[in-house]
Amino acid sequence: MDPAQFFAASRVIIVAGKGGVGKTTVTAALARAAARTGLRTLVVEVEGKSGLPSLFGQPALEYDEIVLAPGGGPHGAADVVARTLTPDDALVEYLEDHGMTRISRRLVSSGALDMVSTAAPGIRDILILGKVKQLELGSDHDLIVLDAPAAGHAISFLRSARGLIDAVRVGPINAQAREVLDMLTDPARAQVILVTLPEETPVNELVDTAYSLEDEVGVSLGPVVVNGIYPEIPGLDVDPTEAARAAGATLRSGEAEALAAAARFRADRTALQAQQVARLAERLPLPQIVLPYCFTTDLGPDEVEHLAHAALGGIEALGADADTRTDRGAGT
Amino acid sequence: MAAEHQGVSEPASNDPRRRLRSVVADHSIIVCTGSGGVGKTTTAAVMALEGARAGRKAVVVTIDPAKRLADALGLEGLTNAPSEIDGDWPGSLSALMLDTKSTFDDLVRKHAESPDQAERILENRFYRNISGALSGTQEYMAMEKLYELHEDYDFDLIVVDTPPTRNALDFLDAPRRLTRFLDHRLYRILMAPTRGFVRAVNVAAQAFLRTVSKVVGGEVVEDAVTFFSAFDGMEQGFKDRADRVLELLGHDETAFLLVTAPRRDLIEEGTFFAERLGEADIEVRALIVNRVHPRFSSAAPAALRERSATLAGTDLGALYGNLADFAAIAETEERHLATLAEHVGSAPVVRVPFLSTDIHDLGGLELIGSHLFDPDSR
Repeated sequence: MDPAQFFAASRVIIVAGKGGVGKTTVTAALARAAARTGLRTLVVEVEGKSGLPSLFGQPALEYDEIVLAPGGGPHGAADVVARTLTPDDALVEYLEDHGMTRISRRLVSSGALDMVSTAAPGIRDILILGKVKQLELGSDHDLIVLDAPAAGHAISFLRSARGLIDAVRVGPINAQAREVLDMLTDPARAQVILVTLPEETPVNELVDTAYSLEDEVGVSLGPVVVNGIYPEIPGLDVDPTEAARAAGATLRSGEAEALAAAARFRADRTALQAQQVARLAERLPLPQIVLPYCFTTDLGPDEVEHLAHAALGGIEALGADADTRTDRGAGT
Repeated sequence: MAAEHQGVSEPASNDPRRRLRSVVADHSIIVCTGSGGVGKTTTAAVMALEGARAGRKAVVVTIDPAKRLADALGLEGLTNAPSEIDGDWPGSLSALMLDTKSTFDDLVRKHAESPDQAERILENRFYRNISGALSGTQEYMAMEKLYELHEDYDFDLIVVDTPPTRNALDFLDAPRRLTRFLDHRLYRILMAPTRGFVRAVNVAAQAFLRTVSKVVGGEVVEDAVTFFSAFDGMEQGFKDRADRVLELLGHDETAFLLVTAPRRDLIEEGTFFAERLGEADIEVRALIVNRVHPRFSSAAPAALRERSATLAGTDLGALYGNLADFAAIAETEERHLATLAEHVGSAPVVRVPFLSTDIHDLGGLELIGSHLFDPDSR
C-alpha cells in the first residue's frame, strides 16, 4: 500500500499499547514516516514526561508546539512538531473559546477541576480528547499522532466519551463528549494503531485491548505494530569453526563457543518471536507492520530514522487490501 | 550467562544474590516498586515463594497480574482475601489479587458509625466513582490491604506489588490523599448547606456550585453533596488509619525493592523512583534488574563489528556481526545500570537474564528465584 495513502486515511492516529512495548518509539517512527510522505505531522503527548523528545534529541515538550524533526531533504519531507496536552489547559481553553472565561479561571484557581474530575471520571480524558478533536478540525496539521496512555488506561481513556455522555447529561462536557465520540467512531477521522512486542503476555494483552476497543469504543483499528523483531542474519546456523575454515580465518580460544552461543540465542529467540507473531495473526485478523529490534538501549534520531524507514517498508508491504481494514476489524 | 558472571571473583558473602536472600529473610514486609512493564508482579511472587521455601508463612498481594500468572497462583476470578497455594515447601504461600473497590467498601464499613451510614455511602454514585477512579485509589487500597494483612492475619512475610505509576511515591502519598480530599475547601463548601449555622455565609458557595453545575451538570454536584453528607463523622477514622499505614511503611521491618529493566527509558524512570524514595528517606534495599541480555564474549563490540566488516560476505562475518549485536546491547545495558546503581547506595544489584519464555507457572517462578537467590546459600 502506498504510504501516502495509508497516512492520509485518517486525520488522527492513536498509538496504544502496554507499558514497555515501545509505544513512544513507535509513535516517533510513525510520525517521522508520515512526515516523509509530505504530511505536516503533529505528535501529541498526554502522559507528561515521556521519552519522545529525547528520541529526537530535543528537550521536554511544552503546551506550545516545538519542532521535533524538521522537514526538507531530497523527498520533500514535512516537519514533525509536537506538544503536550494537559486537562487543565484544555479546559481553560475550551471555556474561554465558549465565552466562559470567568468560570474557567474560577474552576482552575479553586482546585475545583480536581473535584469535578473526581466526581465524573473521564472528564480529564475528554478534555484532552476534545482538544485533539479541535486540532483535528483545524488546518495547521495534516496528521495528528497521539501517544495514548498505557494499555488498560488506553481503554478507559478512549471509553471516556461514551461514559460521560451518560454521566453528564447537559453542558459543555456533554457536548464535548459527543463530538469526541463522533471523531473516534469515524474511520476517516481516527484510527487506533496497537503496539506489541513478539512475546506472550504483550500479545495476549493486545488481543484483549483490540476487542475491547472495538466493542466498547467503536473505534477503527489500523494495522498492528509488532515491535522489536530481531533482524534476520543469514549464515548463523553454520558452525563457527567450519565458517572460520571456509573464510580462511583463525579463531581465538573460546571464540567459537561465544559465536555459537550468541547464534543459538538469536535463533531461539527468533523462533519464539515468529511463534508469537503467528499466534497474534491467528487471534487477531489485522494486518501487521513489523519493526526491527535495535541493538542499543540508546534510541535517538538515527534509530527513529531507521524505524521510520522500516515502517514505510512495512506499510508498502501491506497490500492493497489493507485500505479496507475498517471492514475486517477484530470483531469478526 | 548474565547471572553467572556476577560475583564470580567476589567473596561469597558479597554475592548480591546471597545479600538479596538476607534482605528477604530480615524483613516481614517487602514492597516491590518500579515502573510498568519491568516484571514487578512476577518479582513480587518470587519473593513470597522464597519466603515459603525458607519456611515462612508468606503472602503476596498482586495487582493486575497477567492472566496465566494469576492462574498459576490460583487467582482465577477476583479473590480479595488470601488463598493458599499448594506446593512442596516447608512454609506456606498465599496470594491475592487486589480488588480496589471491595477493599474500599470494607474500609467504609469498618469506619461507618452504623450499617445505615455505610449503605448510604456505598450506594452513592459519587462514592462509586471515586472508589474506582480517584487517582491514587489503587495505590491507597494496595497499602490498605497491606495494613489489613499485617493487622488481621498472622503472616510473617507480606510482599506487595505496587500499581504501575509514573510517580514513585503515589503509593506513599495515597493513604493521605483521601483525607486531603476531604480537607479540600470545596468539601467544606459542599458540607455547609447541612450545617445550619454557616448557611448565612454560604451564598458564595451556592453561586460556586451553580458554576460547577453549569459545566458538569447538576446531578454530579448533587451526588457529591449527598456523599459528603453521608461521610460526615468518618474522616477522623480514615485519617488515623492512614497515619498508621504510613508508620508501617516507614518501619524497620519493611524493605523496599526497586525493580527495573536495562532499557534507557526504564532506567531513567527507575532513577527517578530511586531519587524520590531517597527524598522520602526510604532506603532501597535491593535493585532487581530483569531482562538483562546475556554477555557472550568479553571482546569490545567495536572490535567484533570491525572483524565482522573485514569478513563481510562470509558466514563467519555474519556470526561476528551477531556477536557484536549482543556485545553492544550488553555494554549499553551495563552502562545505564551503572548510573542507576549509584542511586541505590550499597544495596545489592541482582540481574535476571532475558529468559526465552514467559513466566506463567510455579516452575517459572522457581527459575527466576534461582537467578535472584544464590541456590547454595540457604
